[in-house]
Amino acid sequence: MFFRFLLRRIFYVIPMLLITTLIVFSLILLIPGDPALALLGDNATAEKLAALRAQLGLDQPIIMQYWHWLTNAIQGDLGRSLFTGEYVSDAVFTRLGVTFQVVAMAMIFSFAFGLLFAITSVIKPNSWMDYIARFFGVLGTAIPNFWLAMILVVLFSVHLGWLPATGFTSISDHPVDFMKSVLLPSFCLGSFGAAQITRQLRSSLIEVLESDYIRTAYSKGLLLWQVIWKHGLRNALLPVVTTAGLLFGNMLGATVVIESVFAIPGMGQLAVHSILQRDFPMLQGVVLIMVLMILIINFITDVIYGVLDPRIEFE
Amino acid sequence: MSQADEILNVLSLRASFPTYQGKVKAVNNINFSINKGEIVALVGESGSGKSVTALSIMGLNAPTIKYEKNSLISYKGQDLLTMKKKKLKKIRGNEISMIFQDPLSSLNPLQPIGRQIAEPIQLHQGKSFFSAKERVVQLLRMVGIPAPEKRLQDYPHQLSGGMRQRVMIAMALACNPTLLIADEPTTALDVTIQAQILNVLRELQKDTGISILLITHDLGVVAEMADRVLVMYSGEIVEEGDVFTIFKSPRHPYTQGLLNSVPKLKGAGEDRLKAIPGVVPNPLNLPEGCNFYSRCSYSSEKCSAAAPPITDSAQNQRFACWHPLEKKVNQFV
Amino acid sequence: MRFKVMMRRLYYERLAFLSLIYLLLLILLSIIAPFIVPFDPEAQDLNNIMAAPNSHHWFGTDELGRDIFTRILLGGQAAIQAGLIGIMIPLLVGVPLGVISGYMGGIVDDIFMRVVDAILSFPAILLALAITGALGVSLWNAMIAIGIIFTPQFARLARGQTLQVRREPYVEAAKISGSGPFWIMVRHIFPNIASPIIVQASFSFSLAILVEASLSFLGMGAQSPQISWGGMLHQAYSMIFVNPLMMLFPGIAILLSVLAGNFLGDGLRIAIDPRMKRT
Repeated sequence: MFFRFLLRRIFYVIPMLLITTLIVFSLILLIPGDPALALLGDNATAEKLAALRAQLGLDQPIIMQYWHWLTNAIQGDLGRSLFTGEYVSDAVFTRLGVTFQVVAMAMIFSFAFGLLFAITSVIKPNSWMDYIARFFGVLGTAIPNFWLAMILVVLFSVHLGWLPATGFTSISDHPVDFMKSVLLPSFCLGSFGAAQITRQLRSSLIEVLESDYIRTAYSKGLLLWQVIWKHGLRNALLPVVTTAGLLFGNMLGATVVIESVFAIPGMGQLAVHSILQRDFPMLQGVVLIMVLMILIINFITDVIYGVLDPRIEFE
Repeated sequence: MSQADEILNVLSLRASFPTYQGKVKAVNNINFSINKGEIVALVGESGSGKSVTALSIMGLNAPTIKYEKNSLISYKGQDLLTMKKKKLKKIRGNEISMIFQDPLSSLNPLQPIGRQIAEPIQLHQGKSFFSAKERVVQLLRMVGIPAPEKRLQDYPHQLSGGMRQRVMIAMALACNPTLLIADEPTTALDVTIQAQILNVLRELQKDTGISILLITHDLGVVAEMADRVLVMYSGEIVEEGDVFTIFKSPRHPYTQGLLNSVPKLKGAGEDRLKAIPGVVPNPLNLPEGCNFYSRCSYSSEKCSAAAPPITDSAQNQRFACWHPLEKKVNQFV
Repeated sequence: MRFKVMMRRLYYERLAFLSLIYLLLLILLSIIAPFIVPFDPEAQDLNNIMAAPNSHHWFGTDELGRDIFTRILLGGQAAIQAGLIGIMIPLLVGVPLGVISGYMGGIVDDIFMRVVDAILSFPAILLALAITGALGVSLWNAMIAIGIIFTPQFARLARGQTLQVRREPYVEAAKISGSGPFWIMVRHIFPNIASPIIVQASFSFSLAILVEASLSFLGMGAQSPQISWGGMLHQAYSMIFVNPLMMLFPGIAILLSVLAGNFLGDGLRIAIDPRMKRT
C-alpha cells in the first residue's frame, strides 16, 4: 500500500520534471534577437558565432534543441561554460555541497527559533515572550535578508570582530571554522523561515489547543506541558511540514543574495556570476539542479506528511 | 442516604464569565450531591449551565469562567475548586473521569487508540505502555469491542461512531474511577447506536459500582438510565427527585413542560407535542423573580417579585416554585 | 463584498489603515519627488562626503557627497513601479488565465495547473534573476521578470476561487438564461472572486518591492544613474567598513514599505472575513 503511494507520487513528479526542464531550457528563448550574438557581444567574429550556434544547437529546430539538451542532461552532460570552458556539471556539483551546508544550517535555525518562539508564546499568551515572538514573526518576513546581513556584519565582524565578514569553510575541512563562517549567512537565510514557522506554528498550536481532544487529554490528568508535548505539538506540526518544503525552495533561491553578500562559493553565487557573464549553459545548469533539489524535497515532504497523518490513505 | 455514601457534594456553586455586554451567570447557586453507585442525570436545555457544572467538577472550564467565593465542590471532603494543580491532576482521569459528546473530535486523530487508552494508566500508575497493554485489551473487551487485540493500532477515523464512543468509555474507565461524568454521551450518535452505548454504560455501572453524572437533554435517556434527576433551568436547579417521582409527578411547571414535549406513542389525534412557549431569559439580564416566570402558565405576581424558595416535599423531591403542581399521576410511565 | 464595506472594516484595523495611508503617501511622493527634492541627486558635494545626518542633509551624504534623503525619495519611484508592475502583470495575465482554466475545467485545466505547479516550484528570486539575465540586465526587465514570477500564484488563486463560484446558483441561472461564457466570467465570476485577489495583490506588492531591492542589490536591476533602494544598499555595502551608517536609511525605507504591504494584506483579509481575526 505504502509502495503504491510512493509510486503514485513518483508518477506525479515525472510530468513536473518535463515541464520544469522545458522552462529551464526555454530561458534561452527569452534572449531578444540572436542569442549567439547576445551572448558573445557585438564584436564577435562570424566563425565564433557559428561555433557557438553549433555548440548550443541553435541551428536546429527548437524541439530538437530541447530533446538534445534533455538527453544530454539525463546523461549528466550539461554542456560547458561559455566563459571558462569547464564542464557545467562539475562546476555545479562542487558548489552544491557548499550551498547544501548553508541551507541545512539555515533550516536548523528556522526550526529551532520557530519552535522556541511558537511554544513559549502559546504557553503564556500576551506575555512578553508572546510579544517578542509576534514581533519577530512580523519583522522576519519583511526585513530584506541582505540588509540584515549587513547589519550583522557591522555588528559581529566590524565592531566585535567575532565572526568573519566573508568566506566559507567546509565542515569536512574544519568544523569550528565552518560554524564561524556559516553562522551569519545561515542566520540571515533562516530569518524568514524562522518568522514563517513561528507564525504558522503559533496559530496552528492555538487552534489545536482549542480542540476537543486536548480537553480529553486534560481530563486524563495531563499537565499543560504534557498536553503540548504529547498531543499538541505533533498535530500542530503537521501543516508545518508542507511549509518546511516550501521554505527549502525559498532558501535555495535566497542563497543567490546571501552567498553574494558573504562571498560564499555556492550555487547562488554561481548563478549571479553566470548571469553577469552571460554564461547561459552554466545558468541553465544551476537553475536545473536547484529545481531538481526542490522537486526531491517536495516529494520527501509529501511522503513525510503521508506517514505522519494516518488519515491519509495510501490506497 | 448516609453521609459516608456521598462522594461528591456541590454546594452553592456560582460561576460566571465576562462578556462585552456584562457578566453572564452561567451557574447560579446550585446544590446537589452524588452518592456511591448512583446514576444522577442532569437535565436541561442547551445553555442551562449543565455543561459548565460538569466541567467545573473536572476543573476544565475555560479560564475566563470565574467561581464565586462560597462555591464549593467537595470530593471526598476536599474542595476541587481550590485544590492545587498537582493534586487535582492525580484525581483527574484517575478518580474522576469524563466522556464527551463528540467522540471523533474528542480523540486525538494522530494517535492509535491503544496509546490513548493506555495514557491514563501510564500517567497514574506509572506503567509503561507495554505493561499497560493487557489492561487496555481488557478495557476494550469490557466496552464490547470485538477482537480488541487487533484494534490497538487502529486510528479513530478507522472506527465507527459507536466504536469511538466505546473507546472513550474505555479510556475514562482505565484507572477504575469512582465517578464518571458523561456529557451528552449519545447525542452525536445514531439512535440504534445510542441504545448500545447506554447499555454498555449501564452494564459497566452494575459491574464496577461506579457513580455516574449523566448530562443530557434527552428525557428518554434519563428514564432509561438514571436513579435520580436534577432539572436545570437558566443556571439553577429547579427540581430534583428520584426518577420515578419526577416522571410520575413533577411539581415544577418547567419539568412538566419538558415531559410534555417528549413524543408519546399513546393515541395520536389531539395529543400533539406541546412546546414550552417563549424563550430562555437572557443570561445577561435575568429577571428579579423566578427565571421561568415569563414562560409559565401558572405564574402570578408573586413569581415576578421574588425568586421561589426551595421546598422539600416527602419522597425525596425538592423544587423551587411558588405554585407547584398538584401531585398527580402522569401518563408517561 | 462591497468595496465600501471593506474599506469601512479596514478603517477599524488601525495598523492596516495606517499602512494604506503610508503606501498612498509613498506613491504620491514618488510622483512629485522630482519637483520637491532639496538637492540634485547626482550633485557631488565633495567637501561633505559620508556626512552623518544633519540639518542640511537630513539623512546624511554618501561617499560622493550626494544627498541621501534626495536619493531615498527618488528611489521610491523604482520601488513603487516594481510593486505596481509586479501586481499588474499577474492581474492582467494570471487572473484571466486562472478564471478561464477554472471555468473550462477538464484537460485544459489539468495541463494548465501542472504548468503553474511547475513554475511555482522554481525559487521565485532565482527565476526572476534568470529571466532578467536572459532579457538583459535592466531595471525595466527586472520589473517584468517580477511580474512574470508572480503570475502563476494569481492564476492558481483565481482558478481555485472560480471553481467555488462556478457552482453558485447565480452562475447556473445566468447559464440557463443563455449568457455566454465570456459574459458570465466578466459579469458574474470576476466580481465574486475579487476579494482574495486584492489581498494577494497587497502581499505581492510588498514582495515585489523586496525582490526589486534584492535584484538591484545584486546589480541585476537599477543601473546607475537610476536610483533604487536596493542599489543604494549595494553602494553602502562597499562602504561597510568605512561608513556603516550609509546603509541605515535605504534599509529602513525597504523594511517599512514591505511591512506596510504585509499589514495591509493582513488587514484586508480580516476586513473581508472577520473570522480570520483569531489567528
